[in-house]
Amino acid sequence: MLEFLKFVIAGFREATRGQRLYHLWMGTLTVFILIGVYFYSVQLREGLAITGMHDHVSWGLYISNFTFLVGLAAAAVMLVLPAYIFGDIDFKRVVLIGEGVAVAALIMCLAFVIADMGRPDRLWHMLPFIGYFNWPSSLLAWDVIVLNGYLALNVVIPFYLLYSRYRGRKADPKKYLPFVFISVFWAIAIHTVTAFLYAGLSSKPFWNSSILGIRFLASAFSAGPAFIAVTLYFIDKHSDFKIEENIFHKLGYIITVAAQINLFLLGSEIFKEFYHPTAHSHSAYYLFFGYEGHNALVPWIWTSIILNVLATATLTIHKLRRNRRVFLVMCLTLFVAIWIEKGMGLIVPGFIPSQLGEIVEYFPTMPEIFITLGIWALGLFVFTFLVKIAIPIELGYLHLKQSSTSTQGVEHA
Amino acid sequence: MGFFDWLFPARRKAAGTEQPAPPSTAGGGSYNRSVSRRDVFKILGGAALTATACSTPFSSKEEKELARIGWEEFFQKNYREMTQEERDQVVQRLEQKARLKRGVNVNIKNTPPQDGVLFGYAINLSTCRGYRDCVKACMLENNLDEEMAMQYIRVFEIKKGKFDVEAGEAQYGHEVPAEGNFYLPMQCMHCEEPPCVPVCPVGATWKEEDGIVVVDYNWCIGCRYCEAACPYWARRFNWQEPSIPNEKLNRDQHYLSNRDRQKGVMEKCHFCVHRTREGRQPACAEACPTGARIFGNLLDPDSEIRWILENKKVFRLKEELKTEPKFFYFMD
Repeated sequence: MLEFLKFVIAGFREATRGQRLYHLWMGTLTVFILIGVYFYSVQLREGLAITGMHDHVSWGLYISNFTFLVGLAAAAVMLVLPAYIFGDIDFKRVVLIGEGVAVAALIMCLAFVIADMGRPDRLWHMLPFIGYFNWPSSLLAWDVIVLNGYLALNVVIPFYLLYSRYRGRKADPKKYLPFVFISVFWAIAIHTVTAFLYAGLSSKPFWNSSILGIRFLASAFSAGPAFIAVTLYFIDKHSDFKIEENIFHKLGYIITVAAQINLFLLGSEIFKEFYHPTAHSHSAYYLFFGYEGHNALVPWIWTSIILNVLATATLTIHKLRRNRRVFLVMCLTLFVAIWIEKGMGLIVPGFIPSQLGEIVEYFPTMPEIFITLGIWALGLFVFTFLVKIAIPIELGYLHLKQSSTSTQGVEHA
Repeated sequence: MGFFDWLFPARRKAAGTEQPAPPSTAGGGSYNRSVSRRDVFKILGGAALTATACSTPFSSKEEKELARIGWEEFFQKNYREMTQEERDQVVQRLEQKARLKRGVNVNIKNTPPQDGVLFGYAINLSTCRGYRDCVKACMLENNLDEEMAMQYIRVFEIKKGKFDVEAGEAQYGHEVPAEGNFYLPMQCMHCEEPPCVPVCPVGATWKEEDGIVVVDYNWCIGCRYCEAACPYWARRFNWQEPSIPNEKLNRDQHYLSNRDRQKGVMEKCHFCVHRTREGRQPACAEACPTGARIFGNLLDPDSEIRWILENKKVFRLKEELKTEPKFFYFMD
């Protein structure tokens, strides 16, 4: 118990120390979090009327970001699977970073769901036994289970590994490997369940598609590792934790293949919608070309398509992918493209036209945007915090006996 | 809702989101007025203090009572899981709340579904002329919030020669019936297989024994999954605090129908539970000037609706979705 307390204190100390750049970064994030908190308090008081949502488009920016971030969380499996199960030594070194991304993404997911709820004070109604948990019939109930379960797995496994290392003990694979196996399947489950949440609605032909699940996974396995690659670059640059070239190569391969599959699946959907358009294609028309004079999302989705094709094509060429700078820029490009496609590009057109064919467009409002930014800042804050502690432990700078004197030299932004 | 509208909450409130002042209390009026009263008392000193001593404990007692009710409501069970006794208590508590907040006596019922009853609705498209008297009657009957312009019923004007709701127009503002058009009212279809019910993560919406799909306003968490799942766009969300002035308040209420609604929860057409479970017609059927709306018990072989189902060419909307609506359309 005392050891654990020392671990917590050492970790906290580590996270609150750093170079000026680190403090500037965390300070900026804190400002955004506080702005978000303020606007959320306005939303609590006034109701969701302060958002751009209405009875026609009843899910907006919050649920769009939620959907995208579930994918980001699931992407950790692309590091976990080779590292723990196939014993890939390269990935083993960075798997903790991937799990950190998962934890931060899941916290953002839960925050977005709560931000979207009309009555967050009644969250306890979802608790099994105490409340009325409508499982297994509600996919949202499934989502609650898989998201919280995945969060627990991604907290417990890295904690055990880091705590063992901190105490100078060897982690016992018998203790953690079973959980790693579970977490691999669980990662697939969180994104499949989230896709089924939409695909299961017969009222929404735009979502009611059997390939939505696999599309979600393909886009997640390209955008997620792309994000991880960018964070690894920053960690490599600003800390003693050096990332070998090989890791970027392997990640690049995963990202590229997933992005190619994702584009193919997107193309399949587009073919189905437009080869012989039916009444069920109106949402796709609205998204890609505008419908009956309404076209708010058209520039948005074409930006995404262009970025997506550009990034996928560039990454497909070995020479360009192996160029570190090009690779990182394309990773960011892909990340943005998929954030659009799978966020607003998927959720909003589901509601336009409405079930009765009426068209009312959706534009996020200022408070909605600031709450969203606040939640993203929260996620980045959590991620930086976790990585800041994990790296010195991994490097052996931070361990039980001399925990107070050994933290120097480990900085990252 | 425009991009900067949040800056002006007063503008949205102007139309009447403020809670109406209970007419009976001594303080009366809005928050601002009572503050200024307090200031006046400070200046007047002694004699006035006696007056405050008389009124303040009264209002704080009310506040305490409301706080207690709020606390009890927080821990309230799902309506479906309550015993009849618990339901009676809940309803009494709501009546007390209305007395304290509004200064009005309302009658909130919790009449259960009646045996041998399955409600159904049929609309005669040949006689509906698009007057929307049903819409207005529904708003008044069910204490619908005016500022959000909430409506359960939507009437579509559709060009003759087409039969497509999607091609219809619900926002018509001209004199009706307009030449060359027909009118098709829609509201909750009270499906036998309602897609909105299984999706609810907390079981806050369900189908009653008499076929009415209801919402427990005190249990809903406001995730709006049901709103996305309904193929008929029949569900509505309270995006802000709903309110209705006392003089427009229908005091004949039911727990599952038109009692005071709350911010952040769903609601929908409930076939006027408070009326129909007592053998009366729903407000929309009563209001229709052309007799296009026929409401009744599908299990009663002598009912008018049964006669229509057996003798007319009847159809339902989006039948391919297998939702089995109990809302039928026919033509003469």
